[in-house]
Amino acid sequence: MNSERREMVDGAAAIARGALDVGCNFFAGYPITPASGILTHMLRELPKIGGTGIQGEDEISSIGHCIGAATAGATAFTASSGPGLSLYSENIGLAIMMEVPLVITISQRLGPSTGAATAAAQGDIQFMRWCNSGGYPVIVLSPTNIPESYHLTKRAFKLAKRFRNPVFIATDKETVMTTESVAVSEMTETPDWPEVPDEPVGELLDPYRVNGKIHHYTGSSHTEEGHITKDPSIIADLNERLRQKIESRVDELSLIKSDLEDGAETLILSYGISARSMEAAVNQLRAKGEKVSALTVYSLWPIPEKKILEYLKDVKRIIIPEMNHGQYRQEIERLTNGTIELVGVNRVDTFLITPEEIVEAYHG
Amino acid sequence: MAEMGLDTYIAEENLPYEFCPGCSHGKVLGAVSDSLKQQGLDPTEVVIVTDIGCVGLSDKYFVTHAFHGLHGRAITYASGIKMQNPDLKVVVLIGDGGCGIGGHHLLNAARSNTDVTVLVFNNFNFGMTGGQHSATTPLDSITPTTSFGSTDAPMDIAGTAKVNGGGFVARATAFDKNLPEMINKAMNHDGFALIDIWELCTAYYVVRNDFGRKEMMNYMDSMNMESGLLQETDRSSFQTNYKNVQEQASKQKPMGGLILETKFSSNLDKPIRIVLAGAAGQKVVSAGNLLASAATLSGLWTSRRADFPITIQTGFSVAEVVISPEPVLYSGVIKPDVAALVAPEGRDKIARLTKAMDKTGLIYFSEGLGNVDSKAKQLPLLFPESAQKEVRKNISALTAGYLTQELRLFPFEALQEAVRLIQKPKIAEINLGVLAHFKS
Repeated sequence: MNSERREMVDGAAAIARGALDVGCNFFAGYPITPASGILTHMLRELPKIGGTGIQGEDEISSIGHCIGAATAGATAFTASSGPGLSLYSENIGLAIMMEVPLVITISQRLGPSTGAATAAAQGDIQFMRWCNSGGYPVIVLSPTNIPESYHLTKRAFKLAKRFRNPVFIATDKETVMTTESVAVSEMTETPDWPEVPDEPVGELLDPYRVNGKIHHYTGSSHTEEGHITKDPSIIADLNERLRQKIESRVDELSLIKSDLEDGAETLILSYGISARSMEAAVNQLRAKGEKVSALTVYSLWPIPEKKILEYLKDVKRIIIPEMNHGQYRQEIERLTNGTIELVGVNRVDTFLITPEEIVEAYHG
Repeated sequence: MAEMGLDTYIAEENLPYEFCPGCSHGKVLGAVSDSLKQQGLDPTEVVIVTDIGCVGLSDKYFVTHAFHGLHGRAITYASGIKMQNPDLKVVVLIGDGGCGIGGHHLLNAARSNTDVTVLVFNNFNFGMTGGQHSATTPLDSITPTTSFGSTDAPMDIAGTAKVNGGGFVARATAFDKNLPEMINKAMNHDGFALIDIWELCTAYYVVRNDFGRKEMMNYMDSMNMESGLLQETDRSSFQTNYKNVQEQASKQKPMGGLILETKFSSNLDKPIRIVLAGAAGQKVVSAGNLLASAATLSGLWTSRRADFPITIQTGFSVAEVVISPEPVLYSGVIKPDVAALVAPEGRDKIARLTKAMDKTGLIYFSEGLGNVDSKAKQLPLLFPESAQKEVRKNISALTAGYLTQELRLFPFEALQEAVRLIQKPKIAEINLGVLAHFKS
């Protein structure tokens, strides 16, 4: 008998606790299934510790409050689903341009528009990356289970502070709304991940202060003083810096769990909720004596290209289960450039991908 | 405070203003500076939040903090800044265009009475993009987008703020001598303050519509939109209200988790997927929680999903519980091992699942719900004779008890312990009574 202590918890509570434990003191959001649990927790908990948690009149005002509060020194957080991300998108560009730290959870649900509000999906993986005009980089982390939801949320806040940029937690209805038993130790012990350095990658901008330095924040192309400029070289430097501050640090941002087997010619690569079905499939295959490797990608963006390629050295085939039409597969296709056979396992019918489907894909 | 004040709050090194000749924007910026001077404010305690349009060029003319965001959203940023740091004086400079595209934010800021001051540079058209019609363009006006005259009723910005509860609402013109004093009053009002300042766009609106200062004043009269203070209330501001929320909340304990210690044991050697299918009000999800918690108390691993319509107290209610000797990786249920049907709504909802079950599966059904289309073995839920009077009100707890007794996944005591640990005392008392029927 295992006498471990276990906790009954869902992803919404894990994400809210992660945010609170890492010092989040400001949340604004708008109700939407399947992210409302996070809103409810944050609005109930933040005033208890002197923080601010409010429901905006829509997603636009919610993220607007977050960005305003962040310039005034808040550790800000919001949460929504794909339809909310549509409304967030103009302000995500603003947060990138103003370089304010901001954490955004997207609890994915199925389909375009209202879609299937109560079905899990992974269809916003490209949307999160490319939702800002100009196509500037963001950081996207994706947990596969409840303890990882807690720990990656904490990590997201540290990254947002270090990079002064929007950082996404890409999760889904299943992870956020399913209650599971988890080992208490998995919630309390930090996984063996590299530490996020404390120092910011650029100049630290203090919040507005009385009797302090004056700060100008602007969404326009600007000088270092925060004044609008049309000078092409200043504009080029600013835009290049916004790109490079993240893309030149891909190695630092790369977070992957590898489960490699010597001699395996097939590797399964997945992320988020589908990575759990992958793990179950790998267990089934190995129990039957098959040789198979697995990669779980936690840092979806920027794509941990170098690390992924290292793991692909002797691989002849990659199976990629994901609950969309192949959004991450197209990135792996770009990386491998036709040298490795790629097999997608995709599902957009409200059901999770089953381990058996992945086993079936393995046997071709 | 006066000793901190400056002679001007305009960044003179950035002058002259780049506004068009005759534009009133510079006049209003001067009035803002004069007001800050009269108030003797430290420039580091003031944040000027500018919207988009010609007024959005204003941030660089101030020696205070500044925030220049997106079109129509200025009030949302200002409100966020003030929520985070109530010691700052936050002033929004926005045009009639911003009040149109951001009208939703304007009326909701008035409703919440958030303590920011909104100065509307209302010149009846989109000056920056070529004079297109805006939300306040007067009827019959000629603009590039209303070649034959505008047909929409103009928005009354001050009126909108007023009827939505804005604490301080005034209408003025850029030519008013007392504008700095009016701005003082607005900034010192504890709550949402808005001044709808009418002015002239000499580049576009004025020339296309023969609309000078005199015509503007006549228009004001003809619309019965009088100038001056329109509303001043002592309704408490969002910031005051939220301080009360924080004070009350600070007395409550932070959120905790439901920790369960393993107290029982189980011989289960493979995962089992159970679906409870009933109707709203039958406490089906609660029964699913009991099974999952009892399994957890017995050293097993669980996941529990709930499915119900968006509307509550009507339609189906389904709980899917996976119980496993190993941590649950795949939490989905497409082919249950066990289904329990306690209402027709649930039976119909999971028809696809029961149909997928093979002959190793077990379907338990309450009275009248058997004979579904499935290869699974179908058995009636045979509650103890003494429990018949509980069936109507507590069928889900009875079903949890029955499944625990029949499936032997974990000891019956684990289910009772789960009731004691996870349910509110009143409910626990009822359910322990229900489960007592199985004791004999």
